[in-house]
Amino acid sequence: MTTTETKLFQTETEELISGSEAIAIACALADVDVITAYPIRPYDTVMQYVSKLKADGAFDCDFIVAESEHSQFEIVKHASAVGARTFCGSSGVGWFYAMEAITVTAGLRLPVVAMVGNRALDDPGAFGVEHNDALAVRDLGWMLAWVATAQEALDMALLAYRVAEDPRVFLPFAVSCDGSFLTHSQALVKVPDMKKVQRFLPPYNRGKMQLHPDNPITIAPQVNEDWLMEIRRQTNEAMLRAMEVIPEAYADFKRVFGRGDPSPFIEEYMMDDAEIVLVGMGTLAMPVRVAIRRMREQGKKVGFLRVKFFRPFATEEIKQALSHCKGIGVIDRDYSYGSPSFGGVLYNELRAALYPLESRPLILSFIAGLGGREVMVRDVNEVVDTVQRAVDTGVIEKENTWIAVRE
Amino acid sequence: MTSVQDLPQIRGVKNIPVEEFFTSGHRTCQGCESALVMRLMVKAAGQRTIVLGSTGCMYVANTTYYSTPWVVPWMHTQLGSAGSAATGTAAALSSMMRKGKMKQEPINVIAFCGDGGGVDMGLSAISAALQHEEYNLCIICYDNESYANTDIQVSGSSPWGANSTFSPPGKLHRIMNKRWKKNMAPMLATGHPDCKYVATTCASYGLDFTNKIRRALTIGGPTFVHCFDPCPKGWDYDPKYSHELGMLGVETGIWVMYEIANNELILNGASRAIAKGIRQRKPVEEYLTRQGRFAHMTKEDIEYFQSKVDDSWEKWWIPGLVPFGMKEDA
Ligand SMILES: Cc1ncc(C[n+]2csc(CCOP(=O)(O)OP(=O)(O)O)c2C)c(N)n1
Ligand code: SF4
Ligand SMILES: [Mg+2]
Repeated sequence: MTTTETKLFQTETEELISGSEAIAIACALADVDVITAYPIRPYDTVMQYVSKLKADGAFDCDFIVAESEHSQFEIVKHASAVGARTFCGSSGVGWFYAMEAITVTAGLRLPVVAMVGNRALDDPGAFGVEHNDALAVRDLGWMLAWVATAQEALDMALLAYRVAEDPRVFLPFAVSCDGSFLTHSQALVKVPDMKKVQRFLPPYNRGKMQLHPDNPITIAPQVNEDWLMEIRRQTNEAMLRAMEVIPEAYADFKRVFGRGDPSPFIEEYMMDDAEIVLVGMGTLAMPVRVAIRRMREQGKKVGFLRVKFFRPFATEEIKQALSHCKGIGVIDRDYSYGSPSFGGVLYNELRAALYPLESRPLILSFIAGLGGREVMVRDVNEVVDTVQRAVDTGVIEKENTWIAVRE
Repeated sequence: MTSVQDLPQIRGVKNIPVEEFFTSGHRTCQGCESALVMRLMVKAAGQRTIVLGSTGCMYVANTTYYSTPWVVPWMHTQLGSAGSAATGTAAALSSMMRKGKMKQEPINVIAFCGDGGGVDMGLSAISAALQHEEYNLCIICYDNESYANTDIQVSGSSPWGANSTFSPPGKLHRIMNKRWKKNMAPMLATGHPDCKYVATTCASYGLDFTNKIRRALTIGGPTFVHCFDPCPKGWDYDPKYSHELGMLGVETGIWVMYEIANNELILNGASRAIAKGIRQRKPVEEYLTRQGRFAHMTKEDIEYFQSKVDDSWEKWWIPGLVPFGMKEDA
């Protein structure tokens, strides 16, 4: 996208852009005030686009190249406390380097929005996608969503600001994008005009929590056992309220922009009569959809449930969607060494969510596509065959299978 | 760049403002010099100030929920984040004022850290903050020469030989801390030539301290002030001697008082008198023997300490500041 025109974003356009560029544009559309960058592949492409937008005069923000990810996240945390809209992000070990700042941002209920360009955690070095980086914050009070297309990346970033900054929520939001499959792949994206975005996204108002001489509050004093439990409870309630605010904001999004899925939390693909359902997150959707279309042609009743929001986890909706199938294959692009059944993270979350069902479908764990290894249609077929076998025989040979791995 | 406040230099201790912005509610030790640093710092800065405070005694012992001593807006920041906290706060103010999202007004931004938080963990973030000429901010390192809040452990800013819970004198090793104190302020001044103001001070000299904070807040851009804070608990002495020990630190030449404003060095007070030969340095023994943390030192240890301080005054290129010079005929 050329950015030399200063009258950018006055009309809706369609652009051939990557997921990273889509999010950079979302930042400009949201009129973000403070952005911090630090290089690490693959997320850093978003910052390359942000800096170019700023350099070309298409986006007025304070763009700070920090000296580490820790500082990157600390800077936006403090900017957010003063009332600035902020953006940052990272990948892999960079996200981990910032972990202290990441956790306090949620503790302070600051609506920082970050992009995670999912990447394997070194060592040994690997650039490709794995979800363990973003998943590390699943218990800390960050909202956490995975997107599958560049369009969804732009849309989710706008939704992220709207939900995070809702005073009923005030929690940070991470938009997860699979490294290279999404961060670096181009697709046609509808870029809305600024006016529409302003209709959807009101200015960030920190209200009586704003740090300013007119409002001389003390933020984050020592509380210890006297108050910490109540404060944790408040954060939990905020996450509960996010369950309400997300659909509300999403309905508004669909009204203003005229696009979106039936649910903000999940995407259901050929699920109506599905006996076997695959579950996964992110760009995995691509090979899975292709495989399912082919299987449907052969009369196999297979569907796909894509989890968009990992936090908050839409337990009821997911239970509802999966209650009628016979077998589930969860494909995790992550690992959880030593976990129950040695299954993936999503698998174990799902298994816990489905436990209260009266008749529980059979559920198997599959680990695939680690380190950016491509998940092929034949891999998806193998997953379906394995679940089918278990459904047919009623016997689970192995709860957990690693797909396309050298033994 | 946002403008700075009009905070004139104060002539005479009686002219220091009477308003307090750091009041009752804190729980620091009796005789805590760092608490005085907090009090004088906001007194100098005034009400239109945001203070960010790193983890350490000045957070934990100072800021208890429901009894905050801070009259100005105050926010905790992480142990190594004074530089980032100041940068983020100043950037937000600057961005929002420029874009018309906040009323235009010069607001002081001060971030403080202890020696553990600043001289060790937060060094890179402070260094980064000092590169941002476009932001008005001041970073203050209150140096009580240990990780005090976690029970007194040596930091990179602790003096050679000091007893601490991580450097206890033992049967085999009398001296456990063999590191010489980092030369923090000159490191920052020489490393950041565009930084307009770096100063050292000590709250034993209230007027010097107040005026340095004011200069740091009004000169424009990011600035750094390093203060030397006697700590009765960590240094092990009767709390009533805090001021006296601060002055002894300067008079023995262990702590040097100066400011580097717009790339010019000015030595202050006793340090200036020593440099000019108007005054003799007191022997370090007078300072060391007053504190329990050095009680295990032998005569040789004290001599070694003295020789290191002598070197810094007699052999260093700029006494007390720059330990290297040009090689002759180079
Ligand atoms: C990342 C991190 N590591 C360790 C600690 C534990 N800790 C809390 S206060 C403190 C001491 C800090 O020392 P200093 O900065 O010198 O401040 P002082 O306590 O001496 O005032 C430490 C190590 C922490 N809070 N955060
Ligand atoms: S331990 Fe030292 S720095 Fe901490 S409160 Fe006590 S006197 Fe002050
Ligand atoms: Mg200390």
